[in-house]
Amino acid sequence: MNIVVLVKQVPDSGSERGLSADDKTVDRGSANNVINEMDEYAIEEALKIQEAHGGEVTVLTVGPQQAAESIRKALSMGPDKAMHVVDDALHGSCALATSKVLAAAIGRLSPDLVISGAESTDGRVQVIPHMIAERLGIAALTGARKLVVDGATLTVERQTDEGYEVVTAATPAVVSVWDTINEPRYPSFKGIMAAKKKPVETLSLADLGIAADEVGLSGASSAVVEAGKRPPRQGGTKVTDEGDGGVKLVEFLASEKFV
Amino acid sequence: MISFELDEEHAALRDSVRQFARDVVAPVAFEHYEQHSFPYEVIRQMGKMGLFGLPFPEEYGGMGGDYFALCIALEELARVDSSVAITLEAAISLGAMPVYRFGTPEQKATWLPRLTSGEALAGFGLTEPGFGSDAGGTQTRALLDGDEWVINGSKAFITNSGTDITAFVTVTARTGTRPDGTPELSTIIVPNGTPGFTVAPGYSKVGWCASDTHELHFDDVRVPAANLLGERGRGFAQFLRILDEGRIAIAALATGLAQGCVDESIAYAHQRHAFGQPIGNFQAIQFKIADMEARAHTARLAYYDAAARMLAGTDFKRQAAIAKLHASEIAVTNAREATQVHGGYGFMNETPVARFWRDAKILEIGEGTSEVQRMIIARDLGV
Ligand SMILES: Cc1cc2nc3c(=O)[nH]c(=O)nc-3n(C[C@H](O)[C@H](O)[C@H](O)COP(=O)(O)OP(=O)(O)OC[C@H]3O[C@@H](n4cnc5c(N)ncnc54)[C@H](O)[C@@H]3O)c2cc1C
Repeated sequence: MNIVVLVKQVPDSGSERGLSADDKTVDRGSANNVINEMDEYAIEEALKIQEAHGGEVTVLTVGPQQAAESIRKALSMGPDKAMHVVDDALHGSCALATSKVLAAAIGRLSPDLVISGAESTDGRVQVIPHMIAERLGIAALTGARKLVVDGATLTVERQTDEGYEVVTAATPAVVSVWDTINEPRYPSFKGIMAAKKKPVETLSLADLGIAADEVGLSGASSAVVEAGKRPPRQGGTKVTDEGDGGVKLVEFLASEKFV
Repeated sequence: MISFELDEEHAALRDSVRQFARDVVAPVAFEHYEQHSFPYEVIRQMGKMGLFGLPFPEEYGGMGGDYFALCIALEELARVDSSVAITLEAAISLGAMPVYRFGTPEQKATWLPRLTSGEALAGFGLTEPGFGSDAGGTQTRALLDGDEWVINGSKAFITNSGTDITAFVTVTARTGTRPDGTPELSTIIVPNGTPGFTVAPGYSKVGWCASDTHELHFDDVRVPAANLLGERGRGFAQFLRILDEGRIAIAALATGLAQGCVDESIAYAHQRHAFGQPIGNFQAIQFKIADMEARAHTARLAYYDAAARMLAGTDFKRQAAIAKLHASEIAVTNAREATQVHGGYGFMNETPVARFWRDAKILEIGEGTSEVQRMIIARDLGV
């Protein structure tokens, strides 16, 4: 089973993040850039499937030159090779355009399975896996907390707010995963050394037959008009226990949809 | 001409271990410490990521790295917890390294794959209840009886010697007397579980509470003659080599502890308020932290230098002693100062710096006391 794992480089969610002042895209220059956390789970899942069923695991990244660092780190976990789509014209691309580029790149690799994180910690739109599946005309099994591969049949436990759904599809398909699915491995020194020698194919938009004006800020289907800091936290609600504290607490939690 | 910048692979290893230490080790460190329990699950995961195989070639299940890679990993682990760091340090430099350096091809093939994977641990029994710094005075005896060694004696403070996954302890023993009347020392592999080999219950220690340390007793213990490690009579030279290298690793571990003190103090200086402002606003606190950072930095440079010499194959004895001496002493100072920055909370065991404070002292004692390091340096200087 040949697998493509989508890996995005994002600013570390654990440190200060922001939008650049001029075009309001994610500020990558001043940030500490890392592999999108959920993508590490996607890589782990791909490697586990490879260990059980064989085949090749390819990392696919669309992103600026500096994303090469994250590709190297992803490869140090164990995948065989990588494809990096890098083109200045991609700067500021919306989800629709990004999915077009990803789908074109996946088309060249023709895998049996595409695995991605369920969301990225910068954009958090959660739509890329669906869009890719739609563009490729294959099934999308999204938000997985468990994935079972049986021949050409994929069975996924799809995590929802209420519980989970069991969905199946035939390969090829796109599966996106949550961080409940596994425990990603930490790169070993052997993996780190081996990653240096693994092939990384670099492609431009032209290589994929995509015109510059179909992507980037100019071709974006949405635009960030204004951005501001999150307002400071409000005072909160104080529950005074007059014998009915428990009821009031539950009412509050219910009103906030926690229970 | 020189650069102390880490190359890409060592930097990637440091990042990988740093993340592991933060995500996996730190959350359970206090609990194991309080309960004096050995962190088997953490050790298993360290094995899975290849840490126990770091400086060994792939043919023995190792990672194909070098001793410096081990040092980098130890520094990052000790930044959050010295107990797991010393477990790794002792497992490699005292447990597996003697077999790798001095073992026969059969001994290496038998033992190394299990040790480099972290599946099994080994101890190194040099110190005795009556002999530490003067380990050459070893009283444990091994006599050849037919094709078996018969061992009698005791060892004290032996790390990793009594875990559920300890495979063996390598012991130094008198195997005879040299023509000049001095004892002939040799090292022998004694598998745990061999009749007559008893592991005493763990000590109640001031620090390193989640690491495994025992007194060992050998009462007519019989092992095959083939368990002799390397050449007969080379025991003294062997343990000197093992200790020289080990000092660089202990220096790295001490540097990690010293850096952990900086990390914790910076965080606390921002968070803790006194007199209506963060304590980090007070110059007294700023200077303490600046001094701590300066000490950690110089300790790191000292062990980098010793490791670089060792890897280059040049003499490193003096530099390793300097690195160990300096790093362990500044670790104690940083731990004391970091505790001070934390005020009363610094005296509470659940505050990481309290653990660091308790863990720091042994660094001036184990694998050669500070006095012994000074003796080595002075002797090397010809005084
Ligand atoms: C937690 C822990 C783990 C350990 N793990 C191991 C292990 O795995 N394997 C192992 O073999 N050992 C181990 N040790 C033992 C350790 O290496 C010894 O404790 C150490 O070498 C000091 O020996 P000692 O305790 O006998 O002190 P002593 O040698 O009795 O020293 C007492 C004091 O006298 C000083 N002194 C001694 N000789 C001189 C001299 N000539 N000039 C000036 N001062 C001198 C010392 O510096 C020290 O201050 C461990 C110890 C501890 C506490």
